[in-house]
Amino acid sequence: MTQTMRQFKNGLIDQNPTLVLLLGMCPTLATSTSMTNAVGMGLAATAVLICSNFAVSALRKLIPEKIRIAAFVVIIAGFVTAVDYLLQAFVPALSESLGMFIPLIVVNCIILARAEAFASKNGVMRSALDGLTMGMGFTLALMTVSAIRELLSAGSLFGFRVLPEAFPSIGIMAQPPGGFIVLGVVIAVMQAIRNRGKARPAA
Amino acid sequence: MTWQGLITMSLGAILIENFVLVRFLGICPFLGVSKKMDTAMGMGMAVIFVMTAASAATWAVDAYLLKPFGIEYMETVAFILVIAALVQIVEMFLQKAVPALYKALGIYLPLITTNCAVLGVAIINSDLGSGFLESVLFSFLSGVGFTFALLLFAAIRQRLEFAEYPDAFEGFPIALVTAGLLAMCFMGFSGLEIFP
Repeated sequence: MTQTMRQFKNGLIDQNPTLVLLLGMCPTLATSTSMTNAVGMGLAATAVLICSNFAVSALRKLIPEKIRIAAFVVIIAGFVTAVDYLLQAFVPALSESLGMFIPLIVVNCIILARAEAFASKNGVMRSALDGLTMGMGFTLALMTVSAIRELLSAGSLFGFRVLPEAFPSIGIMAQPPGGFIVLGVVIAVMQAIRNRGKARPAA
Repeated sequence: MTWQGLITMSLGAILIENFVLVRFLGICPFLGVSKKMDTAMGMGMAVIFVMTAASAATWAVDAYLLKPFGIEYMETVAFILVIAALVQIVEMFLQKAVPALYKALGIYLPLITTNCAVLGVAIINSDLGSGFLESVLFSFLSGVGFTFALLLFAAIRQRLEFAEYPDAFEGFPIALVTAGLLAMCFMGFSGLEIFP
């Protein structure tokens, strides 16, 4: 397997930022009420991740060790502001429904974690690729959670009705408790799959 | 502000629109430091303190720097810088002036910079266009709400250690499901009104 392939597998499955590394819980819970919101949030965060990883990697030799976190945060905040205004201009409805969680991408742990753990140590192209794969992993996790929540709460995906009308809708799935419970179950399923290969300690 | 307004605001910030369980802000520390009551208490106090101070600082930056110069689009960058600097200053001040408190809060202080509840409250205040006193009071009460939820959750998790559940739910998943049940309880507060 080439390194590029390995990076994709890492970002999407092995090191999935949300489901395995357990980073960035707030946006995952808050914006997974519908598929549309989830994809919007995922793509916005991916765009910021790619740009910030690229910039951090390009500047990694210029940034002094001691103030690197502050420098990373400023770089990230700059890109978040750009994405925020682009969304407001081109997709105002999405920007409205994501609300304050767009500016809050700044404090999304995934982005700072990748800047610190990967981009500040690797080359420019590889860091940008890392941003892409990690962003896709985040988007995938968001889409999984939101698909379950939207199906159970409204019987639809992307706003289109999928389940028959007779299927009872579970309103609480769109509410905060549904977010916590669905995300908990999805992570539990991921852990169960990863535990399968391991030897079980004798009870 | 009337005392009725104050009570309504307290109920709103602490119960009805709880920062963690209803607005989904500050989930990382909520899940991360809720394993023991005393660490939860330390984190809660640190968050209340930083949130109140940060809202005062960001309000000043918003009113005297961003608005007069018409550079509101720099809001996110300015706020996060102010918060990061503030956390650093608070850390250095406590280290010199109140070493006991510094030791108690220790590792939680730097973590607060990336706590979305702090930046969140600054953005909410700026979006609402609240006045200075209102902003600071709302931030303080929101911090209290965060601490309240954190303490409740820590108390539940301490008991959870002796509970039996499937292996796959070990760690985060069972915490998330528990938080879900707690959030369900908090839904009961919606629509709560004392002065209709």
